[in-house]
Amino acid sequence: MEAYISLFIKAVFIENLALSFFLGMCTFIAVSKKISTAMGLGIAVMIVQVITVPANNIIYHALLKENALAWLGITGVDLSFLALLSCIGVIAALVQILEMILDKFFPALYHALGIFLPLITVNCAILAGSLFMIERDYNLAESTVYGVGSGFGWALAITVMAGVREKLKYSDIPAGLQGLGITFITAGLMSLGFMAFSGIQL
Amino acid sequence: MSAILNDETKKVLVDPLVSNNPITLQVLGICSALAVTSQMSTSLIMSLALTLVTAFSSAAISAIRNHIPSSIRIIVQMTIIASLVIVVDQLLKAFAYDISKQLSVFVGLIITNCIVMGRAEGYAMKNPPLESFIDGIGNGLGYSLILISVSFIRELLGSGKLLGIEVFQLTKDGGWYDPNGLMLLPPSAFFIIGLIIWAVRQWKPEQAEKVEFKILPIAHGEGGHH
Repeated sequence: MEAYISLFIKAVFIENLALSFFLGMCTFIAVSKKISTAMGLGIAVMIVQVITVPANNIIYHALLKENALAWLGITGVDLSFLALLSCIGVIAALVQILEMILDKFFPALYHALGIFLPLITVNCAILAGSLFMIERDYNLAESTVYGVGSGFGWALAITVMAGVREKLKYSDIPAGLQGLGITFITAGLMSLGFMAFSGIQL
Repeated sequence: MSAILNDETKKVLVDPLVSNNPITLQVLGICSALAVTSQMSTSLIMSLALTLVTAFSSAAISAIRNHIPSSIRIIVQMTIIASLVIVVDQLLKAFAYDISKQLSVFVGLIITNCIVMGRAEGYAMKNPPLESFIDGIGNGLGYSLILISVSFIRELLGSGKLLGIEVFQLTKDGGWYDPNGLMLLPPSAFFIIGLIIWAVRQWKPEQAEKVEFKILPIAHGEGGHH
């Protein structure tokens, strides 16, 4: 149990996808102007991450890994080079299915997340979650915890960022630094802050 | 050569370098741009990989652009890009294994790099293959320019080396330079990109963004100390 809590803390703070691996930066910069939209996107990323990381884990271990097809009586086959294609395919398909399910059963949530859901397919944070899972060889339970943690970390980062930017627009910034430039500097300072968590061991 | 490089193609090739740079102006593809820049060797390989993928995927997509039904075009583009990335990934694993280990998941992340998708969707779907290929190279070079400048600063100040060759002799080896550890950590990449954007926009003021709230100067005699 402790190992899982430690993994969660690590995924949220120390290895924050946005601030220490720079993942999902395009959307992180583009959608962090208002707290409410940033939080909506953050929640959407978290939901998708929780579903796709374990799903990719199952597919990778049952079909693609070296000798994974042994249960079909086929040995010596290594399809792991197809992982990239299968991961992105699974993500695109799951996002589409999630969109349809939300539309049918939770219309309120669907309208709240609406525009962000399709965008998530091309968010590198989602693909990276699955690729890190493969690289670090997590099992199903670990990958679920990692999915929750990394999604939550990203949501936390973008919400905090939006909070800072809402205040920042009233400040006196040099012309060339306006907008994008100061956003990067702010992200750098936030990243410094998150680095203070490194070394925490449970 | 001069027949290929007429004015229009030259514009397509050179424009993305500074005046329409994908990173500093269009805010695309920053995700991977920062993570691989603590060393020059990794960022050179990454730039090469991205430029090739962008160029060939743009050319391929443009070649079949009239046959792609528009409702499933994203999935078709994704498949083409993902296949090219797999080829690059396998090549790196075969010929530059150490570097491919250092780049870890970031080669795979070229699939979701917005520059590749952005050029496919924004340029290759409307233009013939050769122009799309050159446009891909141009945007890849614009990305490489930023990547290489950032990694130049980070590696030089962070470990006193360039491409692994010692430039500044470090104090621990009896030299004069005390390396700045912050340069090897993620925050420095944010700061350097922010400062590069500032420099570019100071040079080309038309790129600067509009101020949302104008701060009025304090009228004389009012405000301040009483």
